[in-house]
Amino acid sequence: MLSRTAQNLFWLSRYIERAENTARLLDVTYRMSLLPSAASQQDQQWRPLLVIGHSAEEFAARYGQISGASVIEYMGFDAANPSSILACVAAARENARAERSAISTEMWEALNATHLELQSKKYRDFAKDGVRGFFDWVKERSHLFRGVTFGTMYRDDAFHFIRVGTFLERGDNTARILDIKYHQLLPEPRVNGEPVDYFQWGALLRSVSAFRAYRQAYHDTVDPQRIAELLILDADMPRSLLYCFEEVLNTLATLGGTRPRECQRLAGEIHASLKFGRIDRIVAGGLHDFLNGFLVRSNRLAAQLQRDFMMSLQLD
Amino acid sequence: MARKQATAVATKDPVPRFFDEMRRTDGGIRTAYREFWKLVEEIPREQLLLKQAEADALFRRVGITFLVYGEGGSTERLIPFDIVPRILDAAEWKLIEEGCIQRVKALNAFLHDIYHDQEILKAGVVPKDMVYRNPAYRPEMQGVDLARRVYSHVSGIDIVRIGPADFYVLEDNLRTPSGVSYVLENREVMMRLFPDAFGKQRVAPVGNYPERLLHNLRAVSPTDESEPTVVLLTPGRYNSAYFEHLFLAEQMGIELVEGRDLFVRDGRVWMRTTEGPVRVDVVYRRIDDDFMDPLAFRADSMLGVPGIVSVVRAGKVSLANGFGAGVADDKAMYSFVPEIIRFYLGEKPVLNNVQTWRLGEAEAREYVLEHLSELVVKEVHGSGGYGMLVGPAATKTEREAYKRRLLNDPGNFIAQPTLALSTCPTFSKAGIAPRHVDLRPYVLSGETTSVIPGGLTRVALREGSLVVNSSQGGGVKDTWVLER
Repeated sequence: MLSRTAQNLFWLSRYIERAENTARLLDVTYRMSLLPSAASQQDQQWRPLLVIGHSAEEFAARYGQISGASVIEYMGFDAANPSSILACVAAARENARAERSAISTEMWEALNATHLELQSKKYRDFAKDGVRGFFDWVKERSHLFRGVTFGTMYRDDAFHFIRVGTFLERGDNTARILDIKYHQLLPEPRVNGEPVDYFQWGALLRSVSAFRAYRQAYHDTVDPQRIAELLILDADMPRSLLYCFEEVLNTLATLGGTRPRECQRLAGEIHASLKFGRIDRIVAGGLHDFLNGFLVRSNRLAAQLQRDFMMSLQLD
Repeated sequence: MARKQATAVATKDPVPRFFDEMRRTDGGIRTAYREFWKLVEEIPREQLLLKQAEADALFRRVGITFLVYGEGGSTERLIPFDIVPRILDAAEWKLIEEGCIQRVKALNAFLHDIYHDQEILKAGVVPKDMVYRNPAYRPEMQGVDLARRVYSHVSGIDIVRIGPADFYVLEDNLRTPSGVSYVLENREVMMRLFPDAFGKQRVAPVGNYPERLLHNLRAVSPTDESEPTVVLLTPGRYNSAYFEHLFLAEQMGIELVEGRDLFVRDGRVWMRTTEGPVRVDVVYRRIDDDFMDPLAFRADSMLGVPGIVSVVRAGKVSLANGFGAGVADDKAMYSFVPEIIRFYLGEKPVLNNVQTWRLGEAEAREYVLEHLSELVVKEVHGSGGYGMLVGPAATKTEREAYKRRLLNDPGNFIAQPTLALSTCPTFSKAGIAPRHVDLRPYVLSGETTSVIPGGLTRVALREGSLVVNSSQGGGVKDTWVLER
């Protein structure tokens, strides 16, 4: 298939996954900010969202003081912010428009409807009814798109590039959410077994749809290290880093054909570190450093994918 | 849809006598329409209205739209579709078919000659200036041999009718004619709406057009491999005909590429794919010459493929249509087509040419200036009806102003008499009534030269109007050719 088509589809799925995860991140932060323990720490709650997106300066210049409302507006509805939910959906739709012949009609319709509806939405419409409804809506639209893709798309390379984009982006996003919240909730080294704020950690689990999974996997009270284990190393947890990289690795094997490709090697390396990693070692070595290292390697893989499949400027 | 405007205005005759393609002057129905008319007369008006609404819904669903540029971006619109077909009987079609094939064969021979030995210039049949001063002439193509000597692989011949056997060619489109997707979709919709009409008579099918196009494109591959790679090159999704490009690429099962998907290396054209570079043998391009190669033509073009001209010159890739085909289809060269046909084929032209005065010639200029109020005057390289004077419809002041423009550069203008376009029955609010039409059959050249039976009929939907352009209230009809 055309490199341009592969690139458009890869980014199309990344944009949609990013929109969904931004909604999840905003949602968990919003929930936490409502808890009594957090009421006086608005800035502390919301600032990391901007820091991790490298947009704290731009935000300060345009919005001034940090508040929940202003960060939600900036990350949800601001067309001038290229990583806002609104901008991600618009970019995904634009890519889909360019590749209408490569995707199913239903996929196009689902995306187009999402885009059109979002264009008519304003932050203030939600502010009074509760902004949670908006986050739920974004997640639902993303679920719909993924479901329609799964249910209607021909299983060709186009489909596989969409899958790679989805899981690469999701792994990246789960790592970011965990990184921000883990260190917010657990600033000091602590003794294992010490009770933690059930509501705060529960909100983190819910933000990645992992609350029930946690209960099923551990049958125990909420424990930070186990949460990290679930979100990083659990092969059955569909938003965990390992799960995402199982998908990435398998899909690349399908896409790779007979030629050995560097991206497959890189993906294998990351996958192995997750598959055979141990949470106590990871935490002992510093969770932040681990997650940061993961993000760097994941980005390197994305760049290699571009070289292996999407630019192919050299003649063999 | 970007198409040139038909020269078509009312005659000064107080009682215009237009040829009615369905009704004879005595009120009887002509043979071609008999079956269809019998069927339609039995359908109540309300049901016809429903059918028209159904047709509109079908077009919307399939997404056959064209872009209309306006303030604040572009919008997608549907071209109005009329549910009454334009029907031609076998004898009428035979005339059109022969005439189109003859014309395109002669024009391809002419183009080959112009870019090689130039016999026609040496013989003085066509003046040298007409070629060398023509902006569509490409000196880069001089001496370059094209596969099967074909320059115009897809040609659109615009035809009007003014009498039972009087067909006039308005213009030849040899560059990147569009509109064929409507021919195919119109037929799909008509077969849904009037299945009985197709059961009762033999309407020649048009659905294999993409197949035939692909076959002809493969036939001009510069390599002798059995599976040449053919691609369709589009300017991109902001082009007004993008849906047609998408549609044809899908129907042919070939890649729809943009300039940035292709590159030139080692004297070949390659396509960037996820499997690495893939060699391209034939490019069916829907981009004008000027934008095709920034190294050879317009340097600011982002749409083309740098270096592709050199590959064409080396005979390692075929372009459809070929570079420089436009030298044979402007309005001044048009007037030489009957001579061109006689020169290369030794035949009498089957289709009429509209009488054309070239204002660069003193005698013609004198006549035209005297009869300005009866004639249509056009710029040689103009299109879309811009910069045109419709004598009978213009005011005295407008004519005077145009005269001054014309005298500044008379060689850039031609004049033609006004034509009385035929009418076809058309569905309107008041019922079925006659409206003016033209016709564009599509001629394919490659292995052979052939025409798909039918073509795009454009109709002026407003009563009395002779302007069939989609941007000015024009619509389209399905065109039926009866096999006997």
